Amino acid sequence: MRNIFAIFKRELIGYFSTPVAYVFIVIFLFLTGIFTFYLGTFYERNQADLEPFFRFHPWLYLFLMPAIAMRLWAEERKTGTIELLMTLPVTLPQAVIGKFLAAWTFTAVALALTFPMWITVNYLGRPDNSVILAGYLGSLLMAGGFLAIGSFISALTKSQVIAFIVTVVICFCFILSGFPLVLDFFRGWAPQAIVNVISSFSFFTHFESIKKGVIDIRDIIYFATLICFWLYANIVAIDIKKAG
Amino acid sequence: METAIETKKLNKHFGPLHVVRDMSFKVAYGEVLGFLGPNGAGKSTTMKMITGFLEPTSGTVTVCGHDVIDEPIQVKERIGYLPEGVPLYGEMTPRAFLRFVAAVRNLKAQEKERRINDVVRKIRLEAVLDQRIETLSKGYKRRVGLAQALVHDPEILVLDEPTDGLDPNQKHEVRTLITEMAKDKAIVISTHILEEVDAVCTRAIIIAQGELLFDGSPEDLAAQSHFHNAVSLTIMSTLSQKDKAKLAKLDGIASLEELTCVDGATRLLIFPEKGQSIVSIVSDYVQSNGWLLSELHVESGRLDEVFRTITTQSNGEGESRLS
Repeated sequence: MRNIFAIFKRELIGYFSTPVAYVFIVIFLFLTGIFTFYLGTFYERNQADLEPFFRFHPWLYLFLMPAIAMRLWAEERKTGTIELLMTLPVTLPQAVIGKFLAAWTFTAVALALTFPMWITVNYLGRPDNSVILAGYLGSLLMAGGFLAIGSFISALTKSQVIAFIVTVVICFCFILSGFPLVLDFFRGWAPQAIVNVISSFSFFTHFESIKKGVIDIRDIIYFATLICFWLYANIVAIDIKKAG
Repeated sequence: METAIETKKLNKHFGPLHVVRDMSFKVAYGEVLGFLGPNGAGKSTTMKMITGFLEPTSGTVTVCGHDVIDEPIQVKERIGYLPEGVPLYGEMTPRAFLRFVAAVRNLKAQEKERRINDVVRKIRLEAVLDQRIETLSKGYKRRVGLAQALVHDPEILVLDEPTDGLDPNQKHEVRTLITEMAKDKAIVISTHILEEVDAVCTRAIIIAQGELLFDGSPEDLAAQSHFHNAVSLTIMSTLSQKDKAKLAKLDGIASLEELTCVDGATRLLIFPEKGQSIVSIVSDYVQSNGWLLSELHVESGRLDEVFRTITTQSNGEGESRLS
């Protein structure tokens, strides 16, 4: 536990000790603003909720989460510090979890900084704040899923650029699998059960219900399983590289 | 002496490359073992296997009685390791970095600060403690790497080229530091600087193409030299061919070489027959001839020559062979 915390702390401070963190947060806030007010027609809807704010999160995360996760392991490989880290008395799971939690916490900070949205909507009307809370929770869980995938891909390469691109593609598949475009393609010939499975893999499907304020235990289990699976894959990937 | 590190039949393949072959050796407490070998010989790979960064393809490494595969954490706790090329987290300051390492190394709050201060003083890092590591000079970076390896006062130190890229003064400091720490630790250093072996090591291992070719003290190593116990001398007169022939025929002398003959002074190098000490014979002969001797010196052996002979004799030079 102490080791996880030590790695977590180092990694989190690492984000903030370069301009990357600040650039990221500014862009994140700027984009959420644009999406919510222009594309999401926040005012025109005349409803006191944050649906237009959350609606675009999967798309925003598609590019922003890989950018956060890409450095986690690829940078350690590139600079060779992975040798330093892996010869300290830490276990592989401790290192993987510590790093992931740092990236996740960083995302949580960025997400928390969107609080003016919440203030605005409460100022303008009387929203159901529990729905908004559920939205934030769902958004954070989804971010965790994106980050876990990114962390795994980052462990496979020395190049942050490759890590970024591959992660975007994989995450894109995870979003798309809930869309009619993809599902219709399968519906033509695959049994309904398989279509359901593909659809159930989508971030979108699961985020959709949480976003509406329905916290279904299955959605939470989905994201938790997703995160665990990719982090486990992350551990295995690094372990395999060790055997060279 | 108690064994600190033991490797048995260690092998490492990288794809088709057989980088380390059947490497077996022991290191005891109190020893400073020097790993010698040309670039690409497998020194760093062996060190990476000892410290648990790489898994051996076959064979075992035991550190303080713990197997590096079965009990990696116990092994890693006991080792201080300076990896090749000194990788460091560039965005951190040495202070933050050392605190991170100390935290992972399980040092308690009070002890942590004490140890860090201690190491910083020993390695003279005070001046740069709060500068980002990436802005530091090569010498300082290496010192940060050393400090990181020493912060938990480990029983075992594995230092991959600890003096590479340092200026002569810094080299001297690091060597002094290693010698000071040597008595109650087991230290393994790799180097391709031969003078380092003489300066700090109590034992040397020579590796080439992944194979262990020599294991012994630096004196043993020097003794393998063609120049071992050879006598070099300068005589303040010109020697005739006859004089030289007579000198070469003396008991125990194998051959004689005239190095220079300038301004009436002759420099000679006299090689003994194997295992013979010829210095008294030579000096007696010189005196009995009434030659004026300006310099007489017994060679202990030339390490670079031995190194070249050992590492190039069997397998040709260069990269690891394909297996």
